[in-house]
Amino acid sequence: MLTENPAVLGLLTIVIGVGGCLGYFYFSNLILDKLIFPASGPKAGSNINRANMVRPWLFLFPAIFALTLYLAYPVFETLRLSLTDRDQGGAFVGLANYHQMMAEPKFWEAVQNNLLWLIVVPAASTAFGLLVAQLTDRIKWGNLAKSLIFMPMAISFVGASVIFKLIYDTRPADQNQIGVLNAVWLRFDGGIGSVLFLQVLPSLVLLAFAGIVAYVAWIFARGIVAKGEDKSVWLLPLRLFVAVAGLWLIWTSLSSLLGVWTTQLPYGEPQTWLTIPLWNSFLLMVVLIWIQTGFAMVILSAALRGIPEETVEAAIIDGANPFQIFFKIKVPQIMGTIVVVWTTITLTVLKVFDIVFAMTNGQWETQVLANYMYDKLFRANDWGVGSASAIIIMVLVTPILVWNVYNARKEMK
Amino acid sequence: MASIAGKKSGLTWAVQISVAFLVLLWLFPTVGLFVSSFRTADQISSSGWWAALFPAEQNEVYRASDPDDTRVADGDIFVVTGNIFDGEPREIRSWGVSSRNVSAYQPGETAEMKDGETVTLEADGSYAWRGNDKQLSGRGQRIFITATVPPEFTTENYETILLSGSGQDNMAKAFFNTLTVTIPATIIPIVVAAFAAYALAWMEFPGRALLIAAVVGFLVVPLQLALIPLLRLHLEIGIGKGYLGVWLAHTAFGMPLAVYLLRNYMVGLPRDIIENAKVDGATDFQIFTKIILPLSFPALASFAIFQFLWTWNDLLVAKVFLIDSTGSTTVMTNQIVELLGTRGGNWEILATAAFVSIAVPLIVFFAMQRYLVRGLLAGSVK
Repeated sequence: MLTENPAVLGLLTIVIGVGGCLGYFYFSNLILDKLIFPASGPKAGSNINRANMVRPWLFLFPAIFALTLYLAYPVFETLRLSLTDRDQGGAFVGLANYHQMMAEPKFWEAVQNNLLWLIVVPAASTAFGLLVAQLTDRIKWGNLAKSLIFMPMAISFVGASVIFKLIYDTRPADQNQIGVLNAVWLRFDGGIGSVLFLQVLPSLVLLAFAGIVAYVAWIFARGIVAKGEDKSVWLLPLRLFVAVAGLWLIWTSLSSLLGVWTTQLPYGEPQTWLTIPLWNSFLLMVVLIWIQTGFAMVILSAALRGIPEETVEAAIIDGANPFQIFFKIKVPQIMGTIVVVWTTITLTVLKVFDIVFAMTNGQWETQVLANYMYDKLFRANDWGVGSASAIIIMVLVTPILVWNVYNARKEMK
Repeated sequence: MASIAGKKSGLTWAVQISVAFLVLLWLFPTVGLFVSSFRTADQISSSGWWAALFPAEQNEVYRASDPDDTRVADGDIFVVTGNIFDGEPREIRSWGVSSRNVSAYQPGETAEMKDGETVTLEADGSYAWRGNDKQLSGRGQRIFITATVPPEFTTENYETILLSGSGQDNMAKAFFNTLTVTIPATIIPIVVAAFAAYALAWMEFPGRALLIAAVVGFLVVPLQLALIPLLRLHLEIGIGKGYLGVWLAHTAFGMPLAVYLLRNYMVGLPRDIIENAKVDGATDFQIFTKIILPLSFPALASFAIFQFLWTWNDLLVAKVFLIDSTGSTTVMTNQIVELLGTRGGNWEILATAAFVSIAVPLIVFFAMQRYLVRGLLAGSVK
């Protein structure tokens, strides 16, 4: 049978699908102009006017329909479902689902991991992106370098998960390791190389991270005391939150710095990386950082290009060194873009489920909210708790939503 | 930048090296997958892919021929001679007669076992096994060798994945399914969003500002919220799980970004052209199709690439709205996740399957990168 062939079947469905959509716009306009309000006859003028009153809605209808049905309605419906119980025939149960969810340790594990993801992935991607953008700005083959680093953007999260599973692969001790990470790990045995790579390098990374956090937190927090800043009531809680979160992060990274130098490392044994709690979460984050850095880089490098040269030249004449130019002249000028990039990656992190799903499926304490929700909805078939956790995700993005709309309206005025 | 002040910065070399390092670091994972997809299962499991160009060491087991048939008397003992390699000789690095120490001897050496039983193995694989009547009976003596195998590359994995494989190992159907999802799910939202963006950018009607604000708000609504209510809706109205449902879902989820990007772009088009056309008596439909659409090509292209990559790489929407219990409409991402579960150790299958699924987006990406970047910039930086 011809219709059994997947290629033919696919082609047929494609033609029907796309044809239907194009047909709507073509024929609806045709009917409006020729049949309902024909631009001829005695009432031609008023007909044209009336047709033009209707036309915007004709153009907008499919989009509005899709947005309302697939994005607006679900917000309310999910909220309603989160307050009902499926086993009792959809009876209203108040906050029972939320209570049940909060009593589960797996939920808190997901929240905790998600917070970690929300901090580490946007920070690391933005920092790497900024670094690459700045470095490639000056060299001849910068564009080639950029497109190679940008490339993972095209790779699916699932594909990336396979790629990194190969990197984290583990074999028994008496066989050749085929995962890079273990092959490198087995080279370390406490000598100078291991001190350099496993203690000095992580310490530097942690210090750099603490430094960046301190810098960002300071920029946000100084608005509380500094003069001439926008002191609206809206921003105060945000600033305080950033300041407190920043202090907590600095404290965490400094205490892990101590940990780096005091832990005994199991040298010479191949590790099953994805089963080590906490570390495995970071190893999963690496996948997303690898993908998102290119995105941050493209946007930040455009922003860097947009910096007026005079400011940089003036700084050079005043004797600033490259680091001062970067941190004191360039970064403050592109702060707005950095915030946009940061926000966009934060959104991706909140929604992403594929990486955890494909690599560990939330085992070994790597659960995140999106995957927790999927588990509840489609494995446990518990729509109440599943919807409740979806609402938690929605609550987490709401500040960004408000901020986005606020900015967009400000721009339009 | 440094040259402005008259000195070529000494940091240039450091910059070059760090960029090269970062690029290699970023390429390394993908290259690993690519190389692995061309290796045989044996090769993958015996050495890391970074060693693929060098000869690999492999352990193999052979057995001397049956002593009851082939032993020859040599004085008061017996001897069995022969060659362990049937056709293909290997380069023997070391060998042994016990699984506990497979590399105890060098070629040419003689292994001595209990009570004077000996085995001698030459570099060409010929052996002499001596012993008394009791020792040279039953089954042939096991001989373990460690041989170096020359690097070997094959396209067999791709043949399995694309043509000959059975069941889960064959991705051909999933490939076409993915295309069937992706092409309409890219074209439909572009058409719908382009009309809407034009209306929002150039037509006067009440409630326009409110609609634009709503679109910006919808940009961040997580699609996770939509899963249950819409799956229920789809089942109720009879669409069920299938292509129509997944197209509608992708269309709607891509809509906010599409309308936002395209409206921002269209607002920037010169007002004169549109007004002139109106004076000349063109209808909005004609203006849109004959003037706005051709002028908006860069924005359309960039959104098209985005939507294509997003729908091609999607797992969640397909899992919820498309793939039913028969599994006949599975897409590639889902099939790979299933392969990860069932064939977690078979890297030749996994690597090839993953590479097949990322090949198309990579081609699209490198061919149309210019537009993708332009779209990113139009949407994010003002």
